[in-house]
Amino acid sequence: MVKPIITVEHLFAQYGDTHVLKDVNLEVNPGEILVVMGGSGSGKSTLLNHMLGLKTPTSGTIMIDGVNIFTAKNKQLRNLRKKMGVAFQGGALLSSLTVADNVRLPLEHNTSLDTQTIDIMVRMKLELMNMAGTGHLMPSELSGGMLKRAGLARAVIMDPKLLFFDEPSAGLDPTTAVELDELILTLRDAMNMTIVVVTHELESVFKIADRVVVLFAGEVVANGTVDEIRNSPDERIQNMINRQPNTQRDDGEVYLNRLLNKDKN
Amino acid sequence: MNALFNSVSNLGAATRKNIDSIGLATLFLLRIVSSLFTGLVSFKQVIKQIYFIGNRSLIVIIVAALFTGMVVALQFYDTLVRFGSVDLLGSAVALSLIKELGPVMTALMVIARVGSATCSEIGIMRNEQQFDALDCMAINSYRYVMLPRLLAALFCVPMLTAVFDLVGIGGGYIVGVHIQGESPGAYIQGVMDTISFKDVLVGQIKSLVFGLFIMWIPLYYGFYLHLNQKNMGAEGVSNGTTQAVVMSAIIMLFSDYIVSSLAL
Repeated sequence: MVKPIITVEHLFAQYGDTHVLKDVNLEVNPGEILVVMGGSGSGKSTLLNHMLGLKTPTSGTIMIDGVNIFTAKNKQLRNLRKKMGVAFQGGALLSSLTVADNVRLPLEHNTSLDTQTIDIMVRMKLELMNMAGTGHLMPSELSGGMLKRAGLARAVIMDPKLLFFDEPSAGLDPTTAVELDELILTLRDAMNMTIVVVTHELESVFKIADRVVVLFAGEVVANGTVDEIRNSPDERIQNMINRQPNTQRDDGEVYLNRLLNKDKN
Repeated sequence: MNALFNSVSNLGAATRKNIDSIGLATLFLLRIVSSLFTGLVSFKQVIKQIYFIGNRSLIVIIVAALFTGMVVALQFYDTLVRFGSVDLLGSAVALSLIKELGPVMTALMVIARVGSATCSEIGIMRNEQQFDALDCMAINSYRYVMLPRLLAALFCVPMLTAVFDLVGIGGGYIVGVHIQGESPGAYIQGVMDTISFKDVLVGQIKSLVFGLFIMWIPLYYGFYLHLNQKNMGAEGVSNGTTQAVVMSAIIMLFSDYIVSSLAL
């Protein structure tokens, strides 16, 4: 049996009085693409932030490559992060640096490679992302798709074994979205990366996922292969797949209390 | 009775919140300073910030210093002439500039130009997840982003203050000698005879302390912008910047009094 590279166990998270994640359990196996899918406000970005160690949960654990990221020492966490790449939704490129300087940042800080080698690696990764010749541009000069691809180039510059990608195709035109999906598949196949993608774009989910975890109101409501998700009898999942609005309605008393401002939630 | 309880409760909550903020800001500063010992500081980043804080503030400082020196000389001349002590003009202008006006005016100019820009830049970086990205790249944000700015401010503010003092004394010379007709020798002699090493040292210590507050407070406000969800977005950055500038100015003036009272 393959040992999972990521294990999330009984993860609870809340902002103030709002429970965002409720007993989330999942595993990610080496070399697979796991897609975390869900509507807006379902908790998928919160889950990703917890996996990255950017947020502390109310309770629960996340083990990545054998390290509990919530109790790990700073040095342990830094070493773990050197094996991880993260592509943020908006790219999160440092606005004061050029694209090439952004991409070279992890290599400059975490390796002792000489400048010439780093330059070559940066050009290779930009080439891989179909961004050759854009190294001199500032992030403010890039389109949404280019920002994502530059962010992805930075995320994979250290050839990480684990890649996290937040909303790869959100806000992109269909052609660019498909290109990014292809790129994710290439990274998995050519570099044997384990990839966790957070998205609500169904086309992407069905194209790239080996396994899908569906979040609904902070709970995992399904965890399976693409076919299993497609054929799920759960009405909420079918609504999501068939792009139907959520038909679940509060009962009359809850609705009335909310109107009268008696319900603080 | 309920209103009284509410008032006391609100006061308690506000006090606790302020104490929390002071604690967090102190921890933030300690993290920046301790990052100095965790690896090499990016020399390139420090130079970039020195250029931004120092070089690009130079013109503003020179213009402000010139007019400040001129108006100080004008006011002192008007007072001194009543007592027949116009010969003291050089001493009065130099002392007031070096001990007080130079450091304070320079600090205010730097707060207006650099403090506001720094807070908004750091706030936008926070909003755009750039600090999250640095964390995920195993890059220490304190060492990479904060420390170069703090070191540059500690280096530049005393330098700019020295420039302010010199240009201000020059402005006083223009008004005292060329406009009011005082003897150039008396003005320069007054400056040379009155200013002691201690006066210059106190002025420079003040500017060093101001440099710390000028950078620390905007960095803190920008970096922790996300702690209050209402502060996110463009309006949040704008509010944070306003608060940072006001707070920097107030704390700078308060620390001015403390350093002055210790030095006298």
